[in-house]
Amino acid sequence: MIDNFVIPLVKILVVLNATLVGVTYMVLLERKVIAWAQSRLGPMRVGPYGVLQPVADAVKLMIKEDITPVRADKWVFTAAPIISMVPALIVYAVIPFGPTVSIFGHPVSLFVTDVNIGLLYIVSVASVGVYGIILAGYASNSKYPLLASLRASAQLISYEVAVTLTLVSIILMAGSLSMVSIVNAQYNQHVWYAFVQPFAFGIFVIGGLAETNRAPFDMPEAEQELTGGFHTEYSGMRFALFFLAEYANMIVVSSVATTLFLGGWLRPFPNVAALHFLDLIPSWTWFLIKSFLFLYFFIWIRATLPRYRYDQLMRLGWKVLIPFAIANLVVTGILKVLLA
Amino acid sequence: MAEAIAFYTLAAFILGFAVLVVATKDTVHSVLFLVLDFLFVAALYVLLHAPFLAAIQVLVYAGGIVVLYLFVVMLVNLKRPPEAHSDTQRRTKLGFGLAAAVLAELAAIAAYGSAVPAAPIASSAALPVTGNTEQVGWMLYTSYLIPFEIASMLLLVAMIGAIVLAKREL
Repeated sequence: MIDNFVIPLVKILVVLNATLVGVTYMVLLERKVIAWAQSRLGPMRVGPYGVLQPVADAVKLMIKEDITPVRADKWVFTAAPIISMVPALIVYAVIPFGPTVSIFGHPVSLFVTDVNIGLLYIVSVASVGVYGIILAGYASNSKYPLLASLRASAQLISYEVAVTLTLVSIILMAGSLSMVSIVNAQYNQHVWYAFVQPFAFGIFVIGGLAETNRAPFDMPEAEQELTGGFHTEYSGMRFALFFLAEYANMIVVSSVATTLFLGGWLRPFPNVAALHFLDLIPSWTWFLIKSFLFLYFFIWIRATLPRYRYDQLMRLGWKVLIPFAIANLVVTGILKVLLA
Repeated sequence: MAEAIAFYTLAAFILGFAVLVVATKDTVHSVLFLVLDFLFVAALYVLLHAPFLAAIQVLVYAGGIVVLYLFVVMLVNLKRPPEAHSDTQRRTKLGFGLAAAVLAELAAIAAYGSAVPAAPIASSAALPVTGNTEQVGWMLYTSYLIPFEIASMLLLVAMIGAIVLAKREL
């Protein structure tokens, strides 16, 4: 009863709530870090150093008027924010935050579930999330959102190819699609995959920026050209759902990158016995630290790089990243056979 | 029992959405019903203990191909009524003809299947690998190697054709 029902339910609740809280504080972190990068203070009014700003934002968004344009496609307009939010949340089901540990005598695994197609599940669920953006643009019945969503679908499909190809090289290295097995394979092979697959790592990070519509690839919401992008016609809580989905996706990309390339919950040098004292820090903390570094990197990039032009974006995706990803995959396969 | 209930529920949804795909007036809505249909087909694969196929179904059909459909539908505005530029009568006849042909084919297969019992399919326990993904890969690269390669040739031809169409002068 406890093992089959209560523990999974508690895990799902903890993961979902932690994600939503994490997402709201990501927004604050982003505003703060960008403010510091630009010699500003950022939010300071609500709470000490603005730490209660997310609460104020949430209240503001919830009590705002929720407008549906008259000529909009009502059903699709309502469904679009939900379609972008749900995939971003259900992906967390297979992300391993830590190994199986013992809590009060119960063996508890620090992940919701470990399916043997974990990585494929993440990729396929993420590919459904594209519909949220496309449908938002279409249903608004307004020219700027439509342009933005056409851009977005082209961008997301293009970069999905490159990202998925890098994932295939990782699957070749680990010999499994299960997220837990991939971390264990890195432990057994005594190396984080970022060091043996540097090209795959680079392509994954660039592709991850593009897949989450982050600067310098935030084409679908280029304010200067598109007055806000695909969510121009949205207001209140529906707009907030798009916003939350984007940040939830960022956390997903960081978690996946941590799991695949940075050894997931493993401490640095997990096979060196001399560093045993590092095990005092629980495994899930290592996972959170690594994911946090990634999220910080995302913000740092946004504060540093200007936006790409649309044709540059497409050229980078199709003429640089995809050929490199294919070459990387072929070389990985050949080496794997030769060294076996 | 529970499996039968799940199967018939899913089958009902699949058929229902399939009807909606052809019955809906708005092209974008019918594409969306197609996505829902594919998602329920993926659920059917999960029911058949084929999680790999289910994930591929979502990734390739729901997440890839139909996005391109949507892309095309949004680019060519199909709001005007189709009757204005085609002969309805002819289209209806053609549709009924094709449907009858498919029905006849299915009936022939069913008749043949009941007359000649199919050869037993190798059980998954006989394969040298375990795990759904590994077994799919093993079968694909041993028993079904030639169909697999033919499919890849087909894709290559389609790719070359697309390039030739898009770039008139190379």
